[in-house]
Amino acid sequence: MSYLTYVIEAIYLTASILFILGLKGLSHPDTARRGMILAALGMAAAVIGTLFNPQVVSYQWILIGLVAGSAIGVPMARVAMTAMPQRTALSHAFGALAASLVGVAEYVIHGSHLGGFKMGALGFEVMLGSLTTTGSIIAALKLQEWMRGTPIQFKGQNFVNLLLALSIVGFFIAWLIKPEMPLLFFAMVGCGLVFGVLLVIPIGAADMPVVMSLLNSYAGLASAATGFVLSNNVLIIAGTLDGFSGFILSILMCRAMNRSITNVLFGGFGAVVAQDTTAAGGVMREVSADDVAVQLAYANRVVFIPGYGLATAQAQHAVRELGDILEERGVAVKYAIHPVAGRMPGHMNVLLAEANVPYSSLYEMEQINPEMPSTDVVVVIGANDVVNPDARDNPKSLIAGMPIIEADRARSVVVLKRGKGKGFSGLENPLFFKAVTGMLYGDAKSSLTSLVQAVQKL
Amino acid sequence: MNAFHSFFPMAIALLQEESTHVNPLVLIASLYVFALAAFLGYQLISRVPPLLHTPLMSATNAISGISLIGSLVIAGAHHENHALLASILGCVAVTSATINVTGGFLITDRMLKMFRKKEVIKPGEQK
Repeated sequence: MSYLTYVIEAIYLTASILFILGLKGLSHPDTARRGMILAALGMAAAVIGTLFNPQVVSYQWILIGLVAGSAIGVPMARVAMTAMPQRTALSHAFGALAASLVGVAEYVIHGSHLGGFKMGALGFEVMLGSLTTTGSIIAALKLQEWMRGTPIQFKGQNFVNLLLALSIVGFFIAWLIKPEMPLLFFAMVGCGLVFGVLLVIPIGAADMPVVMSLLNSYAGLASAATGFVLSNNVLIIAGTLDGFSGFILSILMCRAMNRSITNVLFGGFGAVVAQDTTAAGGVMREVSADDVAVQLAYANRVVFIPGYGLATAQAQHAVRELGDILEERGVAVKYAIHPVAGRMPGHMNVLLAEANVPYSSLYEMEQINPEMPSTDVVVVIGANDVVNPDARDNPKSLIAGMPIIEADRARSVVVLKRGKGKGFSGLENPLFFKAVTGMLYGDAKSSLTSLVQAVQKL
Repeated sequence: MNAFHSFFPMAIALLQEESTHVNPLVLIASLYVFALAAFLGYQLISRVPPLLHTPLMSATNAISGISLIGSLVIAGAHHENHALLASILGCVAVTSATINVTGGFLITDRMLKMFRKKEVIKPGEQK
């Protein structure tokens, strides 16, 4: 090894440490930004160090790639915060694509001379990478609503999926036995690409937080496998950190819905037309903005519960405005965030932070539930399942056992809802029929704006 | 089940054959790194509050854009076989990884900038 190799390895080691420090910083909002700057420095160092790798002899392709990548990446960092889920899904696709292309290129260059273990890692990398690429693209299309968000299902879907999964594994093993047959390799890649599509099309929009986390995990693991192929530790470390982060998030999201990962992937939840939810009967009481304004202005404690409807209506600034004028009147205002509210983990927190809501006012489900009975008014904004008391009370409900924000235990409830129809999941929500619940129909943003005006007039 | 049983001896045979190509110590060290990184990842990520889960996802995404360094070598090295194909694959890989690295770090920072403890103290109001 030349001394240059030692220098580059030292840089990689430093980069690994900086990545770890960066993620450590994310344990608190105050240290997060500094942490990420460290991680970015680590990345810059690793990239610059690699350019001095003696194997790198020409820079034209590198330059094209770096310039094109920056030209796409920088505008992608400027999207609206409401578009975060689809942006993140796309970046999973790019990450997985990069990993799979490195794998394909390594195979094209070295053929079957890589040796058994590396071949295995390479196959794993390309397999995960290809299905994550197409899967993430489908997820992004669904989130962007260029593709319908409801599950797309056909007869025998699970059977076709199983068949595809088996053929991927079959081609993989066959290729390990006969590595000189590129056809087997590319058949595996092809099946992987199709499998990614089929895996995500039956998944409903409300289950997206789980799918996003899973794809995140796969993209990370594909990168880690790249590290094994290239015998590069910084790749293994960064990929594993990403893979585990996605894995832990998937578990958290599943727990927040009381469902298993297999159920999310193969259950086609949103498609199950709620067979029977007769439990929720009665009339929904419609209220006017003026009534609600009085209720809010003279309350002691108000809790807002945002859901995906807040994001679609872009109502995050309007809710903050309402919160502000209530606070000026001496009302204690809090925001309760359910872990799966929105389309990706932490979606609501980011939207409210964008609207300048201080994070000390954002409360997690477990923190806010004990305070519910002493809350005067709960305002549900475009959320449905996460406040559905059926999840707790009705063991026959499709969402039975899902932890909820117990809005029904508050003294009174106001629900901002677009129309009288059932929510995304098609489930009736008994909360809406309670005597203390008032329904304020209309677009969340205009409803909130009229509430602001009504409170100001008081 | 049968295929399962025959797979492991095969895998072991592959590993043994492989020892002629790569120093097995390097392989074992890589597995150590992987296992330790997995534990560390678990510890680190469990401490991230749900408040920051979206930035976490974009941050880990940016960090795993480290596959850029693998792509750089492929795009810049001299290849004996399939030189053009390998360079083009490398170039596309550099592009996708760069998108994640630049886009990922920039948007993470943009998000983290928005998280404030308390609103800026309003004029005329003391803390």
